[in-house]
Amino acid sequence: MRVLRLDTRTIGFSVLGLILLAYALFLPPPSQITNGHMGMMMLGLIVVAILLGFPIAFTLMGLGILFGLYAFWRPGLPISENPVFDQMVLRTYGVMTNDIIISVPLFIFMGYIVERSGIIDRLFKSLELSMARVPAALAVATIATCAVFAAATGIVGAVVTLMGLLVLPPMLKAGYDVKLATGAIAAGGCLGILIPPSVMLILYGATAGVSVVQLYAGALIPGIMLALLFIGYVMLRAKLNPKLAPPLPMEERNVSRRVIARMLVTSFLPLALLIMAVLGSITAGWATASEAAALGAIGAILLALAYRRLSWERFTDSVFLTSRTTAMVCWLLVGSWVFSSTFAVLGGQHILEQWVFSLDLSPAGFLFMSQVLIFLLGWPLDWTVIIIIFVPIFLPMLTHFGIDPLFFGLLTALNLQTAFLSPPMAMAAYYLKGVAPPHVTLAQIFMGMVPFMVIQILALVLLAVFPAIGLWLPNALYK
Amino acid sequence: MNSFLLSIDRISAWVGKAFAWTIVLLTVVVGYEVIVRKLGAPTNWAFDVSSMLFGVLFMMAGAYTLSRNGHVRGDLLYRTLSPRSQAWMDLVLYIAFFIPGIAALFYAGWEFAGKSWAIKEASSVTGSGLPVYPFKAIIPVAGAFLLLQALAEMIRCVLCIRTGRWPGRLHDVEEADVEQLKTIVQAVDLKGVRR
Repeated sequence: MRVLRLDTRTIGFSVLGLILLAYALFLPPPSQITNGHMGMMMLGLIVVAILLGFPIAFTLMGLGILFGLYAFWRPGLPISENPVFDQMVLRTYGVMTNDIIISVPLFIFMGYIVERSGIIDRLFKSLELSMARVPAALAVATIATCAVFAAATGIVGAVVTLMGLLVLPPMLKAGYDVKLATGAIAAGGCLGILIPPSVMLILYGATAGVSVVQLYAGALIPGIMLALLFIGYVMLRAKLNPKLAPPLPMEERNVSRRVIARMLVTSFLPLALLIMAVLGSITAGWATASEAAALGAIGAILLALAYRRLSWERFTDSVFLTSRTTAMVCWLLVGSWVFSSTFAVLGGQHILEQWVFSLDLSPAGFLFMSQVLIFLLGWPLDWTVIIIIFVPIFLPMLTHFGIDPLFFGLLTALNLQTAFLSPPMAMAAYYLKGVAPPHVTLAQIFMGMVPFMVIQILALVLLAVFPAIGLWLPNALYK
Repeated sequence: MNSFLLSIDRISAWVGKAFAWTIVLLTVVVGYEVIVRKLGAPTNWAFDVSSMLFGVLFMMAGAYTLSRNGHVRGDLLYRTLSPRSQAWMDLVLYIAFFIPGIAALFYAGWEFAGKSWAIKEASSVTGSGLPVYPFKAIIPVAGAFLLLQALAEMIRCVLCIRTGRWPGRLHDVEEADVEQLKTIVQAVDLKGVRR
């Protein structure tokens, strides 16, 4: 742990030093500074401020306004009349009235209701019983639960913590290998970022101007593929070495089919129907994303009430958590839009494009470079920051390379999920450590996550080489 | 000083929580609209109303989220620093970035809403004719609450620089609060969904 902290500190300070060095080397004397230099300075400062740990939304706004006063300055115009103020307020109002981003709080609300009302443990129990005979039954049921759950919530949130509390004790009691057990929980818990209705895809759609409906249709098959790969992996490991995941005791396995069927009908089916209704109505074009989200939230509340699991306290908790998470995401958007309007006027985007184009990359080369950058950024940074601030820098370059922004979005979503699982930054590991028994070490959790990370990278390569995995469904449905 | 801090926190939280309920209204309005539209009788107000509810929801939660330290940070370096260095860093950046940014938002929003208010502007997006000037006024109002909360945060920094410890915050529901999530998981074991 100590070594780890020292490392992040060294990395952080080295990046800071490099940026300052770059300024010292490349910045011309003040008389020759052009708008483009100012744009690059903005970009450097945002990286510095992110490293220093200041709330990013407000850093973006501050930089946007301070550099904007310079960028929009016209001789003879008093400072109070500077057009930057109009820009700022119009960008803010643009987020407030955006008809795509409006579905973000609705999906978040639905997710918190499902998460807080304890539907997840009924789901797990029913899947566990029905899968009791397959190898590594508990781990398979864990990943399956996470996949279904991911389709009901749009944000990663507390799934790893919740699953850690729910399934880690029974897995360890059943004699599961610690690495296999923790790896399965961490990997499964991160599926929510990709499997629709993912909030990440809404934000990508809103910034890239890609239809959220098509993104959802596109992410469905890669998401299911990933879950199946995870399940295949744990089953294979258990088959090869049954000691890693001992079969459940006979009395747990010998549950009559009627009991299992009843459990599935009462616990799995209602949530599955809700999910199918939400995703089905979006992909069929019956309802917009926000409409489906609202109906989904209402359905989730009714479901939680039917299970008698929705106390008033949990309901208010969900409301308040929704408002804070929404504020976090949307203020970041406001900051980013204010920042980018100034950045565009300074011509910063243009300089970056010139530089990237001058490298003379092939489309595949560009795709590789951008995804590697996104992966590296995904280590220290929250995915919201990457989607809202850094991905928009690549977006205008896609037309030059002839890359479908829909495909780029799917690749990015899968990629960021991989970053979620990559030690030593992976938050999932720390959440899991927080709820694991003391004898489970962070190193074991990281080791457990590595195979799943390798599978993720495999899935990423598969998608990159065979884009049809993602594009077939949206093309079949909408073209 | 601490009670002064906490009373600002309380104001921000009260405002944020009061407006948080717009998510319930938003759910109901959007859900209602999709049903009546399928029945062939769409409303002319649901689009405008839902957009306003969404805008109010996140704008008014800005200060509340700040009071709970809920705005996303890149904490790669930050978390390795001593509280005192964290506080210095925050204080400088509040003055350098936050205050100019949000003060500008307040000023620009004031002008923007003022113009709208002067002509009692009505919505032109749909035919509902709903007034939009109170909605636009949310921008300077949210800015003002954020400035107030920033004052509290800067005082926090100063206190921390003096004492070397971060002053406390009010307790609130957290996303991954282990104790609370335990109650969710345990409830089922007691009730026994087993078989």
